[in-house]
Amino acid sequence: MENRIEKRIELNAPVSRVWRALTDFREFGEWFRVALDGPFVVGQVARGRILHPGYEHIVWEALIEKMEPERLFAFTWAQVRHHDKERYSPDYSSAPRTLVEFRLEKTASGTLLTLTESGFENIPADWRGDAFRGNDGGWTQQMQNVEKYVAETP
Amino acid sequence: MSRSMSRKRPNPAQYRRARHKRPAHAELFAALGHKARLALVARLCAGPPESISQLTSGSRLTRQAVTKHLRVLERAGIVHSARAGRESLFALDPEPMQQMQDYLGRVSREWDRTLARLKAFLEKTEL
Repeated sequence: MENRIEKRIELNAPVSRVWRALTDFREFGEWFRVALDGPFVVGQVARGRILHPGYEHIVWEALIEKMEPERLFAFTWAQVRHHDKERYSPDYSSAPRTLVEFRLEKTASGTLLTLTESGFENIPADWRGDAFRGNDGGWTQQMQNVEKYVAETP
Repeated sequence: MSRSMSRKRPNPAQYRRARHKRPAHAELFAALGHKARLALVARLCAGPPESISQLTSGSRLTRQAVTKHLRVLERAGIVHSARAGRESLFALDPEPMQQMQDYLGRVSREWDRTLARLKAFLEKTEL
């Protein structure tokens, strides 16, 4: 059984542009849907507020691990156990953490972005992982994203 | 942001400590990350509960090795044993593996959506 996630996506933009979208906290916030308090600094905790409708009460928090210009951006973040308002706790001090890594490679048409998330073995066995990360509204959301993308690129 | 500011800020050292704890899912992955144990899981997955003797007779491992591997699987919650006369019968419990797979599936789909938004964001903004 795999205990990591890996995704590859081809982006029609130069590496320098993708690097900015990943590491400029305002740009990151736009597509990641989080309102960040300030810029990403290696070795420091970045914090903000989730902008997904219905999840605005959730604090986004990550420790920036690595920023190797135009090559690697990595952070560790807490796995939120309960996303619903009733059970959600903003205290992440004992939450299990996973490592997120974005790797960039130049290609003929732009950039190959490889995303990995690892460290899921840190999650207690009795977790089922609720809503937000893949709730049932998710596919509707995905379809809207595709529609939007197609509409914007005739 | 006032609410988040009033909370105790975790420092980077805390993050590192938390990451190196080894709660139960670590056991699950460690338990499954071994050829002999995977073979035992596959066998119990395909058939009825079996005793240590039965599991030993169908493998190249010694009785001691089978016993040792079964204990590891038992601690991780992947197999359960029940007394049947003088022997214990071992059966597979797919629940922990299923739970982990479900969780990873959710995280995976969430990344698909997030990366699709990144792609759309790059398409609509100037280079």
